[in-house]
Amino acid sequence: MPGLTISEKILARASHAEVVRPGQIIDGEVDLLYMHEMLAMALLPFNEIGTTAVWDPNKIVVTLDHWVPPPTPEIAKMHQTIRDFCHKQGIQRFHDVGDHGIVHQLIAERGYAQPGELIIGSDSHTNMVGAVGAFAAGIGATDTAAVMASGRLWLRVPETLRVDIRGTLSERTTAKDVILKVIGTTGDDGARYAAVEFTGSTVKGFPMNERFVLCNMTTEMGAKVGLIEADQVTKQYLAHAGRPFHPIASDEDAAFSKTFSFEVDGMGPQVACPSNPANLKPVEDVEGTKIDVAFLGSCTNARIEDLRIAAGLLKGERVARGVRFQITPASQIIYRQALKEGLIEIFMDAGATFTSSTCGPCFGGHLGTLAGDEVCISSTNRNYPGRMGSPQAQVYLASPWTVTASAIHGEITDPRKV
Amino acid sequence: MAGFVNPGQGHEVYCSSSGSCLRMQRQFRGRVWTFGDDISTDHIIAGKYLGTTDPNVFAAHAFEAVDPAWAKSVQVGDLIVAGDNFGCGSSREQAPIALKTLGVSAILANSFARIFFRNSINLGLPVLECPGLRRKVNAGDVIEVDMAEGEVRLSDGGVSRFNALPPNVLEILEAGGLVAKIRAERAPHRT
Repeated sequence: MPGLTISEKILARASHAEVVRPGQIIDGEVDLLYMHEMLAMALLPFNEIGTTAVWDPNKIVVTLDHWVPPPTPEIAKMHQTIRDFCHKQGIQRFHDVGDHGIVHQLIAERGYAQPGELIIGSDSHTNMVGAVGAFAAGIGATDTAAVMASGRLWLRVPETLRVDIRGTLSERTTAKDVILKVIGTTGDDGARYAAVEFTGSTVKGFPMNERFVLCNMTTEMGAKVGLIEADQVTKQYLAHAGRPFHPIASDEDAAFSKTFSFEVDGMGPQVACPSNPANLKPVEDVEGTKIDVAFLGSCTNARIEDLRIAAGLLKGERVARGVRFQITPASQIIYRQALKEGLIEIFMDAGATFTSSTCGPCFGGHLGTLAGDEVCISSTNRNYPGRMGSPQAQVYLASPWTVTASAIHGEITDPRKV
Repeated sequence: MAGFVNPGQGHEVYCSSSGSCLRMQRQFRGRVWTFGDDISTDHIIAGKYLGTTDPNVFAAHAFEAVDPAWAKSVQVGDLIVAGDNFGCGSSREQAPIALKTLGVSAILANSFARIFFRNSINLGLPVLECPGLRRKVNAGDVIEVDMAEGEVRLSDGGVSRFNALPPNVLEILEAGGLVAKIRAERAPHRT
């Protein structure tokens, strides 16, 4: 019998089994459930189930991220409902407006996720959190209600697909360019139902902020989870949480359903063109495309390291006339850090707009949406029709380097040439 | 043991292991709406309409990005036939809620994205993997889905088979959705 992959080991532990195999259905005990405003949608089935109390308030984290601050009275009311529920249920880790962040970033930066845990989130980009070596999968509202009530979730044990990345990237080329390349190669359903485990020298050399980008966009491959074996980089990142650290590795003889090998030596910036994240082109092929909007935000690429890249390019420069460049940090913690480092002043001097942390623009919800004839370059994760506003708007996905360079020049620009 | 009793009239009475009995529709005959590959939940219901919990709002704007008139044209009992990776993208359950609220009775696709698949089953909306069906049907065809036989009968007399649902998934669907299943299991045993 072959050995086990990281995700198989975690699911075996969570279902009290010695061994689990792909295709098997398990009933998993959830270590952490986290939610954003989907909690309001989950309350309808939760109440219908007939439970009055959550299974364990200490295993639940809630924040508000999609509509912060609330743009309509109805959403303000939705936030009130969530606030009241968390208070009544004794959910201590409720991060209200003011202490908020895009939920995946908040979970990561506060050390709420540890290697080996079974983590369930009410959002498709929960995959991001797997970068600490956890099994982190997204679900919808009814499943969320069931987990809130029982602390358990049925899961099909996924096949593990290995993505091995080796080589040294060209300058101003990042994990975002790598994952766009991977998605462009496998397609936006290339890992449907599978666990994606990243390995290889390039991945091991990435700091945590870059590892989060890789796992975040395994969602755009259709994956159930994205994982990276926890190591010293992970340990250092999570040290402030002061929790026990037990990394898990795939066995040497583990069965991977498939291995994709990427040799990225010298690879330059990549861009996903309208209107599918797998519609890949190297930046050279789309250089000169006029833009109206540049957006640096979302759980994918709005960490402090991304903001530093933008500030580095913007210092002493101006955003091109007629272009609106919006920067929305992924959390309040990042906002404060940007303030301390003087980045916000650089953004403002350059004519960019800096906002409070929210998912708003990424999903076309509020705080910066696109008109039908607008072309946008964005550091986010999806560009399906209507994703960021009008269904006619054109969205290109790229790294913080490419987004910022393009904002300065008013057209898609290779960041290595500025 | 859970199982079916009293077949007939396209319905069967389903009795869960806890002893409570529910009904689910076993056959669907309906008009087809066709869609292509990689239809995301952004296509099905745009983010700008999610600031509410009212299912009628989601229904009113379903597929607006593809065809603004669609929500007004679709009728109760209609079926969706799509290509690969239907329902990819956001975890928003508002997408299958919109389609169910409009009365779509089942979705058949070459393949489904995982969260959309779970969400639909949890709502009691049948989602059936039927590889190759998409190129055999045209918009407006009337087809028949037989859950018991695992087959789709086409308007030209042809028959396609869909992949059997895993037993635990079928059990949720047969109970009428996840909430109904949990409620039935929690209800006191009846003799």
